[in-house]
Amino acid sequence: MLEVRNLGVRYGGIQALQGVDLTVAQGEIVCLIGANGAGKSTLLGAVSGLIKPTAGAIAYEGRPITGHKASRLSRQGLILVPEGRRVFANLSVEENLILGGYFRPRGREQQADMAEVFDTFPRLAERRRQQAGTLSGGEQQMLALGRALMGRPRLLMMDEPSLGLAPLMVAEVFGVIRRIHQRGVTVLLIEQNAAAALAIAHRGYVLEVGRVVLSGSGQELASDGRVQRAYLGMD
Amino acid sequence: MDGTQFLQQIINGLTLGSLYALIAIGYTMVYGILRLINFAHGDVLMVGCYLAWFGAVQFGLPWWAALVGSMALTALLGVLIDQGAYRPLRTAPRISALITAIGVSFFLENLGLVIFGGRPKAFERPEIFNQLYQIGELRVLSHSVWVPIITALVLAGLLWMIYRTRLGMAMRALSRDLVTVQLMGIDTNRVVAITFAIGSALAAAGGIFWAMKYPQINPLMGVLPGLKAFVAAVLGGIGNVVGAVLGGLVLGFCEIMLVALWPEMAGYRDALAFVLLIGFLLFRPTGILGQELPS
Ligand SMILES: Nc1ncnc2c1ncn2[C@@H]1O[C@H](COP(=O)(O)OP(=O)(O)O)[C@@H](O)[C@H]1O
Ligand SMILES: [Mg+2]
Repeated sequence: MLEVRNLGVRYGGIQALQGVDLTVAQGEIVCLIGANGAGKSTLLGAVSGLIKPTAGAIAYEGRPITGHKASRLSRQGLILVPEGRRVFANLSVEENLILGGYFRPRGREQQADMAEVFDTFPRLAERRRQQAGTLSGGEQQMLALGRALMGRPRLLMMDEPSLGLAPLMVAEVFGVIRRIHQRGVTVLLIEQNAAAALAIAHRGYVLEVGRVVLSGSGQELASDGRVQRAYLGMD
Repeated sequence: MDGTQFLQQIINGLTLGSLYALIAIGYTMVYGILRLINFAHGDVLMVGCYLAWFGAVQFGLPWWAALVGSMALTALLGVLIDQGAYRPLRTAPRISALITAIGVSFFLENLGLVIFGGRPKAFERPEIFNQLYQIGELRVLSHSVWVPIITALVLAGLLWMIYRTRLGMAMRALSRDLVTVQLMGIDTNRVVAITFAIGSALAAAGGIFWAMKYPQINPLMGVLPGLKAFVAAVLGGIGNVVGAVLGGLVLGFCEIMLVALWPEMAGYRDALAFVLLIGFLLFRPTGILGQELPS
């Protein structure tokens, strides 16, 4: 479904990614782990079209998309939930959701999608007229997820959705990711919480200073000594 | 000053303020979504006036056709300026776009001088705006009645668009986060282009009604109303459409009252705007309606 070949990204003098190969097959949950500054967000930024790669090629559903605009890719179901949630604080919860489905035909189908989002996140339904900026961190993450779902993603990419959330909320977020996946959405996930991520992922990649240093199934990675020491806090 | 005179000045202030408001809306909308002070806005207004003049005088169009045609072409000009001059600088430091805006302003002024010449052209007031109503001592030109009405209608239409349509939703979202709206499948360049189109069309309309007041046009005519409308936008709280109208009215009333109450101060009329600007920047930089600016 997604194929990244030899991807390179530079920010001025900094080589943020180099020679990255990554694939995601239809129906998979793939997770990306790595320390702060490893280049995980840069990778999702390049795939989503927000960042222009300086080398390599990206294909989505068999078609080349390198250099395509983010707005175009979102319309094709390649949707990113950005780092730090980035809900529109000055808009109501409902308006945020409507924007998530901005490009889709309005009317009954959109109403049904919104009802489904409210079904998944009842807390959002209670606060639908409230400004998004007044929500708690966890609720904002729910809104960011719900907003992405309004665009009917086929490949949903999430950049650290559990960051800064209370443990109970983290569990809820992972539960929701599982449910989204069960509905047929392919998932590419960045997580600091490597243990939880590897537990739900089919496969994973480990990124270090802009390169893929390790990849394998979720179980393989979770039992790898290097991963355990560096990301799972085991000795 | 007796009651009639006072009422007369209120009407004058309302007319002048409405003109500032129409022009200030374009400033504030562009600032609201791009954080760019489009210093070429006043000169866009001037081009709009010349377009209307050509339409009416050279092509013999009725006034409303000249107005609408000028608004459409000026909207296009605004979009071209954005796409040509500002869009390449969207991610550059803000000061680059600001300096470019000043450059565009000089460019339009000098292009105007070359093409239209420096001599002012008479700008006729159409019949409908030239009726004089006499109510007792009070004398009111129909222009003074129409301008506030048109401004009020424009404001109502814009508020509806901003708060009730999906395009307005996209504009409000874009004003806070240019990057994340792209993830919603929204073509940001299109939204920005529409904003420039609306702002520039309103500048043309404001300029045309401004020109009817004086009634002449010249290539530098946009400078003063442009600056004053900028001040009005800041007074009201830049980025806020209601604020722009409020700021325009406040500035209009202050100017008129200055001249009415202290005729010997009339020469300082234009300086008043800048005194107000400095006062606000010192004591209430967010303007009348402004909230805390997002950093
Ligand atoms: N906009 C930017 N400009 C310059 N350098 C950047 C920018 N964004 C990220 N970087 C750098 O690129 C590297 C990778 O960053 P990032 O992709 O955010 O890592 P991660 O998401 O894994 O923490 C870091 O060294 C970071 O400092
Ligand atoms: Mg990151």
